[in-house]
Amino acid sequence: MTAVPTDPTRLTAAEMADALATGAISSAELTQAHLDRTAAVDDAVHAYLHVDADGAIAAARAVDARRAAREPLHPLAGVPVAVKDVMATKGLPTTCGSRILEGWVPPYDATLVTRLREAGMPILGKTNMDEFAMGSSTEHSAYGPTHNPWDLDRIPGGSGGGSSSVVASYQAPLAIGTDTGGSIRQPAAVTGTVGVKPTYGGVSRYGLVALASSLDQAGPCTRTVLDAALLHDVIGGHDPMDSTSIDAPVPPVVEAARRADVSGLRIGIVRELTGEGFQPGVQQRFDEAVALLVERGARVVEVSCPSFAYALAAYYLILPSEASSNLAKFDAMRYGLRVGPPEVAHPSAEQVMAATRDAGFGPEVKRRIILGTYALSSGYYDAYYGTAQKVRRLIADDFARAFETADVLASPTAPTTAFRLGDKLDDPMAMYLNDIATIPANLAGVPGISVPSGLAPEDGLPTGIQFLAPATEDERLYAAGAALEAALTDRWGGPLLASAPDLAPQGA
Amino acid sequence: MTTTHVGEPVLSFEEALAAYDPVMGLEVHVELNTATKMFCGCATTFGAEPNSQVCPVCLGLPGALPVVNEKGVESAIRIGLALNCEIASWCRFARKNYFYPDMPKNFQTSQYDEPISFDGHLDVELSDGSTYRVEIERAHMEEDTGKSLHVGGSTGRIHGADHSLVDYNRAGIPLIEIVTKPMLGAGEQAPEVARAYVSALRDLLKALGVSDVRMEQGSMRCDVNLSLMPKGSTTLGTRSETKNVNSLRSVERAVRYEVGRHAAVLASGRRVVQETRHWHEDTGITTSGREKSDAEDYRYFPEPDLVPVAPSRETVEALRATLPENPATRRKRLQSDWGYSDLEMRDVVNAGLVELIEETVAAGATPAGARKWWSGEVARRANTEAQDVVTYAASLGVTPAHVVELEELVTSGRLNDSMARQVWEGVLDGEGSPTAVADARGLQLVRDDGALEAAVDEVIAANPDVAQKIRDGKVQAVGALIGQVMKATKGQADAGQARTVILERLGVS
Ligand SMILES: [Zn+2]
Repeated sequence: MTAVPTDPTRLTAAEMADALATGAISSAELTQAHLDRTAAVDDAVHAYLHVDADGAIAAARAVDARRAAREPLHPLAGVPVAVKDVMATKGLPTTCGSRILEGWVPPYDATLVTRLREAGMPILGKTNMDEFAMGSSTEHSAYGPTHNPWDLDRIPGGSGGGSSSVVASYQAPLAIGTDTGGSIRQPAAVTGTVGVKPTYGGVSRYGLVALASSLDQAGPCTRTVLDAALLHDVIGGHDPMDSTSIDAPVPPVVEAARRADVSGLRIGIVRELTGEGFQPGVQQRFDEAVALLVERGARVVEVSCPSFAYALAAYYLILPSEASSNLAKFDAMRYGLRVGPPEVAHPSAEQVMAATRDAGFGPEVKRRIILGTYALSSGYYDAYYGTAQKVRRLIADDFARAFETADVLASPTAPTTAFRLGDKLDDPMAMYLNDIATIPANLAGVPGISVPSGLAPEDGLPTGIQFLAPATEDERLYAAGAALEAALTDRWGGPLLASAPDLAPQGA
Repeated sequence: MTTTHVGEPVLSFEEALAAYDPVMGLEVHVELNTATKMFCGCATTFGAEPNSQVCPVCLGLPGALPVVNEKGVESAIRIGLALNCEIASWCRFARKNYFYPDMPKNFQTSQYDEPISFDGHLDVELSDGSTYRVEIERAHMEEDTGKSLHVGGSTGRIHGADHSLVDYNRAGIPLIEIVTKPMLGAGEQAPEVARAYVSALRDLLKALGVSDVRMEQGSMRCDVNLSLMPKGSTTLGTRSETKNVNSLRSVERAVRYEVGRHAAVLASGRRVVQETRHWHEDTGITTSGREKSDAEDYRYFPEPDLVPVAPSRETVEALRATLPENPATRRKRLQSDWGYSDLEMRDVVNAGLVELIEETVAAGATPAGARKWWSGEVARRANTEAQDVVTYAASLGVTPAHVVELEELVTSGRLNDSMARQVWEGVLDGEGSPTAVADARGLQLVRDDGALEAAVDEVIAANPDVAQKIRDGKVQAVGALIGQVMKATKGQADAGQARTVILERLGVS
């Protein structure tokens, strides 16, 4: 029997599952421990937009009762989870970090939320994000930024800074993120956690409030690679409600994470995603991580993906184009914010729409809607949207060629460690460059993982390494990620997060 | 606010035609009769409680995603095939972006440069016996919008209304938009061609069973584009788009009106404005709607939430095999089989009796009998009840078998024609089958020779003068005696038989 842990929030999700299975702890106790942790630290971190204490405890008790009745349960039953506020949750507010959806309570669950509930996983709450997932710092949330648990003056990454931070600050063992251009992987890198963007179509998008339909993908945010695989296994798989969902079983990710084997694995180092533009400490930790994998039996090959140079430009045409259309539905007619135009006695529906969108959307959202509207305009469509789609094709070709000689590709996840809040807020281009290494995977639909690679010597902040695999070969990410994690944990004598500051020394 | 629509100056149709050639383009929207909507599982029943047939998908709730209704795609392909179109082996949906309160997502999921079917034609017959070939540009799939109800104000239009209510039951119902190529060369027959095309299209869609095609319920809606070309010119003029012309008669009238209006504008040296126009059924005129410039930009792009539609050749050929006979061909075949005159066939078609007669003939009736019984009293009663004959007959429980039975009663000699009419009325009154009615009413031609002879003898005895005339060779006087015999037998004698017996008795046969 697993010993009763003194602070159960420090366990990995896999360990929690074991403790629940052996009866060492109940789901109600485990869930309450996380709610207590949130009460202690989230004033400082601001990772949650909404905490559902009652709902989570009720779900936990229901699982405990089923376990007591010896009903068959999912392996993760009773392990709590946090969900990014971009996923529709029945009965729970869903704002996407925007004023325009303030107070909206969806009448339906996203498919992956249904799967979490069916697995018996209590939902702790909804995590903060850049408004409609547009950003790399969570500073574009209409409800205030999330703070990096490693340094509260720094950004936690974005758009899913809330999900990476609840995991990094032990407010949840598991969280759901979404990744359109790096919104799972980049926050994972700068908070010392693990984040996976599955193959496009690997996890249902039904109920994911779309930013860019052809790029969006939900995935796990966790503290270990195995935990990510366990969560991936719950939420993945075909969904008839999502036409773009892949009709195939979930790849064997849990098995790959457990085996953690890289012997013979060919790791392709992407020439275009190293060196110049990357912070020296980030590059150094990346090089060391690759060397460690070679010690464990991997081989290194260099690959070139010349079209990646145009990825950012193509991305910032495709994303705003799709977003400008996806966000048109927020018009005050059926749900969400409704604002009347000032000094108009009998406003028309169109005037209410305009006034509401003006008041309800933040500046970054407006910027991208205008960009996208322009890019799709007749006369510009071919030059902008059309050309961007061609670049997308070229990037996919680059990947295909690279995967002829490499089983996985590797690069630093983000070019820098976490920057200070406010540092790049007035410089959209600098902000966009955060996603330079993560965007190509979204454009090509291939899966990616970010795993901690250490702390940058110059600032002592977390750095991340990214692995990319061919579409539907997600298990390769888990094999490489878990092998590196094991090697680094050996070297460090424990997980990287053990060196993060304790946010509530008097508590827990 | 009361609105009176002031008509613009128009030239007479004849004057207009003397100087210009009309060019038409028709856009017809057809609601498919699939059980569920195009992109979700909601029901499509007409007339349901407002907003009772909605879900996250068709309400455009954040996060919801569309899934294509395979039945809708099948119907689209069958329509394309019936219109002699090419069927795309690969095509996509596209988003048509514009803001409108009754459109939940503020984009319509439609098709743009990759329609499911394209380059077809439909031949329509005109009253002079000629045929006009309407070239079809494309038939593409899209979804319908919701419906707004403007409350307050007097006209039901948005101007002057206090507020508007939106019913999203219609949002997401599958639509096929069928667009013709410019229709040239119809000349003075243009209004008739337009009507004949919409009528032929309606028949075709009905025969395909893909739509209710009820123009009055909006399941088939027509926009008429019209421009004029000066005679001898080959340059197309500026067009107007008259929206929601929703009856066959209106299609004809709208074309006629717009020809006259355009001609008046051009004759006065002004330019036709490219605009949408509203059709007014009551006054038969169009009025200016919003001006439509080419700058209107729907920012179409391929719908990223849906995968391409790629019907295999086998699927297309299997669907081709399900196509019914073309309605016009079928009509010609039936007319020839049944031996009807053109007039008789037209009446039968207009009364919607073709299927009923076909069934009745198949059940054993003669084509003439089937036509006679279904188009007489039944049609008159159905008309009084404002119902179509088929629905009316079904509501009475009257079937083709009844017609067959009635005809047999006549051919077997039990009933004569006037008795058969009485029996049919009894059947329509719900008194039972023809035999049961005839039994109950005691209707039966007199076959007992004894009874007939007795009646003849009585009549001869009572009319010695007439009898003598006949003996003297004025055989035509026999009619007076037959009448008396019929009267004496209460109409149940066979008149021919009575004549034979009288002449026999008088020794002139
Ligand atoms: Zn629906």
